[in-house]
Amino acid sequence: MRVNFTVNGRRQEADDVWEGESLLYVLRERLGLPGSKNACEQGECGSCTVRLDGVPVCSCLVAAGQVEGREVVTVEGLADYAKQRAAQGGCAPGACGGPSPDGARAEDGTSVRDAQDWSARGTDSQTGEGTELSPIQQAFIDAGAVQCGFCTPGLLVAADEMLERNPTPTDADIREALSGNLCRCTGYEKIMDAVRLAAARQGEVV
Amino acid sequence: MDFLRPASWEEVLAAKAEHPTAVPIAGGTDVMVEINFDHRRPEYLLDLNRVGELGEWEVGEESVRLGASVPYTAVMENLRGELPGLALASHTVASPQIRNRGGVGGNLGTASPAGDAHPALLAAGAEVEVESVRGSRLIPIDDFYTGVKRNALAADELIRAVHVRKADGPQQYSKVGTRNAMVIAVCAFGLALHPDTRTVRTGIGSAAPTPVRARTAEEFLNAALDEGGFWDNGRIITPSVAKQFAELCAAACNPIDDVRGTASYRRHAVGVMARRTLTWTWESYRGTDGRAHRKGSVA
Amino acid sequence: MSAKPIPAASARQGGAPVGTPTKLTQGSQTRGGVGESTLRPDGTLKVTGEFAYSSDMWHEDMLWGQILRSPVAHAEIVSIDTSEALAQAGVYAVLTYDDLPTDVRNYGLEIQDTPVLAHGKVRHHGEPVAIVAADHPETARRAAARIKVEYRELPVVTDEASATAPDAVLVHENRDDHHVGHVPHPNIVHRQPIVRGDVAAARERADFVVEGEYTFGMQDQAFLGPESGLAVPAEDGGVDLYVATQWLHSDLRQIAPVLGLPEDKVRMTLSGVGGAFGGREDLSMQIHACLLALRTGKPVKIVYNRFESFFGHVHRHPAKLHYEHGATKDGRLTHMKCRIVLDGGAYASASPAVVGNAASLSVGPYVLDDVDIEALALYSNNPPCGAMRGFGAVQACFAYEAQMDKLADKVGMDRVEFRRLNAMSQGTVMPTGQPVDSPAPVAELLRRVKAMPLPPERQWESSEGADVRQLPGGLSNTTHGESVVRGVGYAVGIKNVGFSEGFDDYSTARVRMEVAGGEPVVTVHTAMAEVGQGGVTVHAQIARTELGVAQVTIQPADTRVGSAGSTSASRQTYVTGGAVKNACELVREKVLEIGRRKFGTYHPAWATAELLLEGGKVVTDGGEVLAGLVDVLDGESVEVEEEWRHRPTEPFDLRTGQGFGHVQYSFAAHRAVVEVDTELGLVKVIELACAQDVGKALNPLSVVGQIQGGTIQGLGIAVMEEIIVDPVTAKVRNPSFTDYLIPTILDTPTIPVDVLELADDHAPYGLRGIGEAPTLSSTPAVLAAIRNATGLRLDRTPVRPEHLTGTA
Repeated sequence: MRVNFTVNGRRQEADDVWEGESLLYVLRERLGLPGSKNACEQGECGSCTVRLDGVPVCSCLVAAGQVEGREVVTVEGLADYAKQRAAQGGCAPGACGGPSPDGARAEDGTSVRDAQDWSARGTDSQTGEGTELSPIQQAFIDAGAVQCGFCTPGLLVAADEMLERNPTPTDADIREALSGNLCRCTGYEKIMDAVRLAAARQGEVV
Repeated sequence: MDFLRPASWEEVLAAKAEHPTAVPIAGGTDVMVEINFDHRRPEYLLDLNRVGELGEWEVGEESVRLGASVPYTAVMENLRGELPGLALASHTVASPQIRNRGGVGGNLGTASPAGDAHPALLAAGAEVEVESVRGSRLIPIDDFYTGVKRNALAADELIRAVHVRKADGPQQYSKVGTRNAMVIAVCAFGLALHPDTRTVRTGIGSAAPTPVRARTAEEFLNAALDEGGFWDNGRIITPSVAKQFAELCAAACNPIDDVRGTASYRRHAVGVMARRTLTWTWESYRGTDGRAHRKGSVA
Repeated sequence: MSAKPIPAASARQGGAPVGTPTKLTQGSQTRGGVGESTLRPDGTLKVTGEFAYSSDMWHEDMLWGQILRSPVAHAEIVSIDTSEALAQAGVYAVLTYDDLPTDVRNYGLEIQDTPVLAHGKVRHHGEPVAIVAADHPETARRAAARIKVEYRELPVVTDEASATAPDAVLVHENRDDHHVGHVPHPNIVHRQPIVRGDVAAARERADFVVEGEYTFGMQDQAFLGPESGLAVPAEDGGVDLYVATQWLHSDLRQIAPVLGLPEDKVRMTLSGVGGAFGGREDLSMQIHACLLALRTGKPVKIVYNRFESFFGHVHRHPAKLHYEHGATKDGRLTHMKCRIVLDGGAYASASPAVVGNAASLSVGPYVLDDVDIEALALYSNNPPCGAMRGFGAVQACFAYEAQMDKLADKVGMDRVEFRRLNAMSQGTVMPTGQPVDSPAPVAELLRRVKAMPLPPERQWESSEGADVRQLPGGLSNTTHGESVVRGVGYAVGIKNVGFSEGFDDYSTARVRMEVAGGEPVVTVHTAMAEVGQGGVTVHAQIARTELGVAQVTIQPADTRVGSAGSTSASRQTYVTGGAVKNACELVREKVLEIGRRKFGTYHPAWATAELLLEGGKVVTDGGEVLAGLVDVLDGESVEVEEEWRHRPTEPFDLRTGQGFGHVQYSFAAHRAVVEVDTELGLVKVIELACAQDVGKALNPLSVVGQIQGGTIQGLGIAVMEEIIVDPVTAKVRNPSFTDYLIPTILDTPTIPVDVLELADDHAPYGLRGIGEAPTLSSTPAVLAAIRNATGLRLDRTPVRPEHLTGTA
């Protein structure tokens, strides 16, 4: 079957999708967006967390056919998403009644190929220094919250969404919001530090 | 495999009538795991996400009509006043990501004894609204669970909504798992006080082939509360009454040993939860415990 | 079942494999040397989702591999029929044992006892029997399901009794490995006794003797990135393999002979590794992917799902440990006897080394001159067990620390003071006869961890009532404070660093300095597997410190450079860090040589002074600048590739266990504070404080991260993690993240860390390997705290609610 949906503000079309494929599989294997991770494929680890119409979900538990016409944000689009939110005064793109940010771009007719090239190669010789990051991404690096990094994309999407809802979380709030994201390397302490850091920096800006 | 994407409830029913083997999928919590791990290869997947009304709820006089796909997050956030037990149960479901997608319809459709919503529904009192092209009917929750992962649905029927009685008194819900979050119930217990009818209802999860009520315990407690005039005098429930209630709740279990826990532990834990939830709800009913509400969560 | 064919998976287009690893360059930091908390060079790639893990690899026209695994633990294979699977549209190959290309059909880390594909027999649940390549993973799964295998089940060996009974079934009938000569039974992989002093005489001096029988459950590494990789057939008949592993060259040594290829035709590149913890020390999908790629002439990707991952790698050895300790009434340890039985499962993997560690570290960090020790690993039909963080030492620490508490109580001493009184220190002789010849601040670590302020009581109380998130049971709302009792427990442990017992434990580094863009730049190339620990960060720091340049590039790890050894045994910063340091020193010498040649006549200091490279310049130790590196190099480049070794070790004597077996020891101590709902048996760990000696913290941020991560893996095995194997069928009962539980962020406490830096003069920068020690003492500290809260004995781990409520 064919599935049309929007990913990180760009229209995407996936063809020849087997009906049993998950959104996670389509993102990773068909759209060249492997940032969402395949750690458990049973909704237990959160490493595949994406936002589906703004809501954090496990993309491994969303059937590909269910995303027809819907809007997905993955870790690859998180920096843009946060930037647009900041530009709109703290609202998520499309969430404050303004024009959906994907509208204009979709008309540009971004090809699947272009979108793939844009997405996940990361094959230049740099580490990405100078890459524009969202505050939560920067905080994860600064706080040492990244070790193997496999849980990181899902945690970033979940943490970013929590800070959007709750800019001044308590530690218990952070733990509750991230309780669906397993990490095996860090013992979570530096993840806590990172979220606190992002919240504090966010507070300074406002 | 075919993927059916009906745009309305009528189309859903028509599709189900045409393809009775079609497996409905909404939050995907159960179905997608079965597909991802090759446990199940349905001929047809019937997507319910496009039917907007399934994600809506209406608060009526007596009950809340909760669309089958209303996510647990919405129950937690919006219905803690009307459905406190179910809201507490919803908060124990898996993770925030799962709660954002999964709804009570999925729990009822799968009818696993470990489904988190069941004890709360049993305790509150509910009816399941099911429908097929042949028509609609309401199944009382007490008649809904028919066996391990079996329910009272006919092959062509689908769950449209569940009508849950609005709370007329305090409700509580507890679940034991070996982890502090994101855990499938080792066992669970729901309790609702119904001052209007001067009754207490219970629900037990994961401690019998189906979710069950502890009827003997309820009858004992109803009688004890009645005899002692507790509903009127608001006295503290005597420890011996609470103890016997707990024992009868434990006795209502018919658990198994499995990787999540022993039968003996399940029986024990249900007793402890029964006593504690009775204490919490009763203290709340007496109005002496203004601090019974949990911070940052529902109660 | 839909009969409709499934379209091939590859809808993308492109040429070379997508997701090949990238060089990591950090140039903006002008400092960033040893001792600073520089940030990870791969951090940005990892937070943007662009870092390519092995499961992210993609190649045009690639196929998907699928493994058919045994549904039973022990059986003869009567027949295999692959015809129906092969007939499926989209299936390119189905291979069994009979299709293996050479006579080398087994592999293994030390003993080559593991069949690439089962031959006539399966020895454990989940053993690979056949492999399939198809153009979509679902097609491959369907094809695998159509392979018909007839099994004739055999009796299973599941424990010591069934392994060593007179009529025991032999797991391996015709052993010819180098251990078979000294083991008492062919179902014992390896046995290591250690005898020192006179236990009988020492026992006479004991005023108190305590005995204990302890059980340690089977833990899974549960790394999040599943086993995966991509094999691409090459025009020269070889294969390029992109894979997540802990040791490229060890893989290569095992893969090439099975493929019938010389090692230079199997070119391995490390893909992004999503954690390892020992679970990637053995091969998983490597050979299978290569076989399928070479057979089909197409790139083949294999990605395990979580279910398969539980069968796809070895686990931590479960163990039964029997201990006897004695003490005098003034609290001095007199003697120790122990017997440690580890279950190695169906194949040897790292079992011999685990036995060596368990035996040699079974006394813990204590002075004990009279000991009688026996450790052994069984062959059984349980899942194979091998490397996991702290192996051998973890199991022993759980038991000897429980013994210490029991003894302290008998003597009537404070449990921490009892440990401190008996703590080893520099100069203590280990039971192996090996003196501890670097700092061993065991008593100090205990003092520090005890001195940390305790967390406040009843933190769950707030003005609005109980916050269940901070109570046992968490969001499940099981207590609002009822029956919640606090407990505190302490533990300390000792772990060896590096490969022991005479292993030639070396690493190789290639370092190059040149001028690019008008500034001196350094490139570091090693085969070290970065699995998340931060080796890439440290290598750049070492290069900056040694060579005084800002910009350092870390090349992807591959087999085009010499072996770096394994990312395990807490050894990489020591050994590959040492190799990088050594190579940098050699580069520096060459650079200075060039400088002397070019500029030596202009300044006498070139000949007389101690010269350093700092800030891109050659400077004297007095700080005088002699020349810029740009001018010295002037278009030349300097490159060195060199192996580096730590001081040699020797094997333990097979009868007495004597020998200089270990190169370095690592110590950590924990204090655990728990709150237990004693009625429901639910545990909330409130705090896990750790003090550890790290010798020298090359990157303090990473050091603390390692300690915290290791601590929580220890917490996991204390209260929730266990692979449950059916004792009758030897089948795994919980191979999923639904039923194998690892700690969530709501299960983890705050983890204050006190880092001590006492240099080990034998090691580069004085550093001490750090990764494993925190996993040792965390578990017994939590258990001790739970015992303290409940008053229960608790001789097994993990402790489950039924153990705390008498309902097991």
